Amino acid sequence: MANMSFEGTKEQEDRLRAAINTHRGERGCLMPVLHEAQEIYGYLPSEVQTIIAEELGIPLAEVYGVATFYSRFTLNPKGKHRISVCLGTACYVKGSDKVLAEVEKELHITCGECTQDRLFSLDSCRCVGACGLAPVMVVDDEVYGKLTAGEVAGILAKYRD
Amino acid sequence: MTCKELEKRAAANADLIKVRRIIREQAEELAKNTGYRKQVLVCGGTGCTSSHSLQVIEQLEKSFKELGIDDVLIVKTGCFGLCALGPIMIVYPEGAFYSQMTPEHAKTVAEKHLVKGGQIVKELLFKGTVAENGEVLPFSEIPFYKHQMRIALRNCGVIAAEDINEAIAAGDYQALKKALFEMTPDEVIAEVKASGLRGRGGAGFPTGLKWQFTKEAQGDVKYVCCNADEGDPGAFMDRSVLEGDPHTVIEAMAIAGYAVGAHEGYIYVRAEYPIAVERLKIAISQAREIGLLGKNILGSGFDFDVFVRLGAGAFVCGEETALMTSIEGHRGEPRPRPPFSAQCGLFSKPTVLNNVETWANISPILLNGAKWYASIGTEKSKGTKVFALGGKINNVGLVEVPMGTKLSTIIYEIGGGIPHGKKFKAAQTGGPSGGCIPAKYIDIEMDFDNLISIGSMMGSGGLIVMDEDTCMVDIAKFYLEFTADESCGKCTPCRIGTKRMLELLTKITEGNGEMEDLDKIKEIAEHMKSSSLCALGQSAPNPILSTLAHFEDEYIEHIRDKHCPAGVCKSLMNYYIDPAKCRGCTLCARNCPAGAISGAVKSAHEIDVKKCIKCGQCIAHCKFGAIEKR
Repeated sequence: MANMSFEGTKEQEDRLRAAINTHRGERGCLMPVLHEAQEIYGYLPSEVQTIIAEELGIPLAEVYGVATFYSRFTLNPKGKHRISVCLGTACYVKGSDKVLAEVEKELHITCGECTQDRLFSLDSCRCVGACGLAPVMVVDDEVYGKLTAGEVAGILAKYRD
Repeated sequence: MTCKELEKRAAANADLIKVRRIIREQAEELAKNTGYRKQVLVCGGTGCTSSHSLQVIEQLEKSFKELGIDDVLIVKTGCFGLCALGPIMIVYPEGAFYSQMTPEHAKTVAEKHLVKGGQIVKELLFKGTVAENGEVLPFSEIPFYKHQMRIALRNCGVIAAEDINEAIAAGDYQALKKALFEMTPDEVIAEVKASGLRGRGGAGFPTGLKWQFTKEAQGDVKYVCCNADEGDPGAFMDRSVLEGDPHTVIEAMAIAGYAVGAHEGYIYVRAEYPIAVERLKIAISQAREIGLLGKNILGSGFDFDVFVRLGAGAFVCGEETALMTSIEGHRGEPRPRPPFSAQCGLFSKPTVLNNVETWANISPILLNGAKWYASIGTEKSKGTKVFALGGKINNVGLVEVPMGTKLSTIIYEIGGGIPHGKKFKAAQTGGPSGGCIPAKYIDIEMDFDNLISIGSMMGSGGLIVMDEDTCMVDIAKFYLEFTADESCGKCTPCRIGTKRMLELLTKITEGNGEMEDLDKIKEIAEHMKSSSLCALGQSAPNPILSTLAHFEDEYIEHIRDKHCPAGVCKSLMNYYIDPAKCRGCTLCARNCPAGAISGAVKSAHEIDVKKCIKCGQCIAHCKFGAIEKR
């Protein structure tokens, strides 16, 4: 699991317990609770999974099983700025693999990792649905479309200040 | 809400919507009844908001304040389809089609066009709508729209998706009313069966039959599900329906609930679609508020409610049993069938599950009749199909055409052909489960059965165009990477098979392939097709098998000649010296560790590609940029 120490606050834990309470009793409530937990903490460390398991009366192994099955759930903390390069088909045939390689080169990390200073984390995704703008990269909520590898450094620089 | 109240609401805004649907002269007349001199429709779908259409709306609002314009309505709609030209903005009643808008353009249009007595700003219109003599054509006449027939997308780009009153005025919930008060559940099912509608999610199973099986199944509790986990990378029609007309899905699910005897529905939607999720939630709460969901709908005594569940990025959850397992809160692994979902589905109860686009066809079928619907399309594929055009094509976007429309019409007339005058090589349909259509089938009539007959499939309707610069082995590898990554791991043929096939493809693209690898691939493919648990594994070999069937020579070139004809596979690229640039300085030859470069002093050198180990020393040392990789 996460190799960085857990730094959850009391306020986050209160929010998590409140979220669990709103879903308690719903059938199949584990997924919605995990979505909310990730929204609160940014990731799903073992400490958070333990709280969910105990509160919902579900074995921790099952919580872990679900959390690791879906690619959107992550057990590792993310950077302050989250970069996601689309590798869906429309973007791929327009060269998004070159964009991804350029980001990896610029940040000295590979896809799925977070930079040492926790400023950036990099993931790939399969289609954000903006195929008209292919190839596409998303930084936090901002979509950069019709990209070339040459534009990557300039975009990243905007987030370094 | 009663039926009368529904009618009243529909009538209240009817003219407002009609102005956006009919031709100019009549629309101008009609606009006088609406209280708005003009209406500005701005696309608020994912494609256009990604290119900043919301800033266009902000600028319009600001300009209206400054200019004192208070009789022009701004409507944030769903997708217009022509995503490549976004952000798109249409002004009615003229039907002026502005494309690639920026806030500055919006300011200009407000000042010159939208003010009283203003004129269309021709330079900012989509070029295709301005004739050579300067006349502005209705956009419905341009090739992109002319060949389309919009049934599932009828309200997308027409109504404000977050306003239930506009949806009602556009005709939503009329079919539900008709079903509840004029039809028995059996009549509803008979109508859907007679229409010939087949599931739009990929498999093409007859929708009416599915409903009938669920109705006939024993059980006091039944469910209706909507598959909005659009996982095929490159398909985005379901997202556009949810963003542009969410009520049509909710309405159709209620109709199915009435037909099969269910009172609860679940919509399983990708978490990667935040705008769609948001609009869906707004639509459900608005429908509940006025009693179109909940107890005793329209006073009919029928109860129905809908809940949204978010996926979490697992492609396999598009498979129906995996989707239901996921809604139940577990790892989204598929279950063996039988029992089928119609008997034992969500929470082990009889369940009918349809895809978003399928749901979007239900209300037109009930309102216009099965006969009308069955008159569109081909013998065994009725109605229309939405395709997401992507890849190497000019008009990237969403198009809806009658089943049986020729691929050439879609690519060259609607899609505007291939950029930079490149040659069409293949079109990929059906995503990671589908196959490719080579150039020789460019005139194929697109329907379920024709596509299967040439080794591809309809799938959910992603249509990725590839030109001569696309390597078919690389594309097959791309899809295998996807399925190997997304295989849930429950059954062995899929878990191991995707991995082994990917290894073989990687070997080939890296120049280490042997001819017998092709036989191995075919053998693994057959085992996977016959023994995988669910459709993901059964169809995962399709991209390889179809590229092998149509482009075997390309595979052989990779294996035997160690050459990638499209110049994509990096390991297979060779180094060449351009004789025009080479000065014969001998620096490269002296630095080549393999002794692969020959040539006399002061004359052009040459690389022996058989000896070359591709270390790149020559490029690093050349001072004249004479060496290149091809």
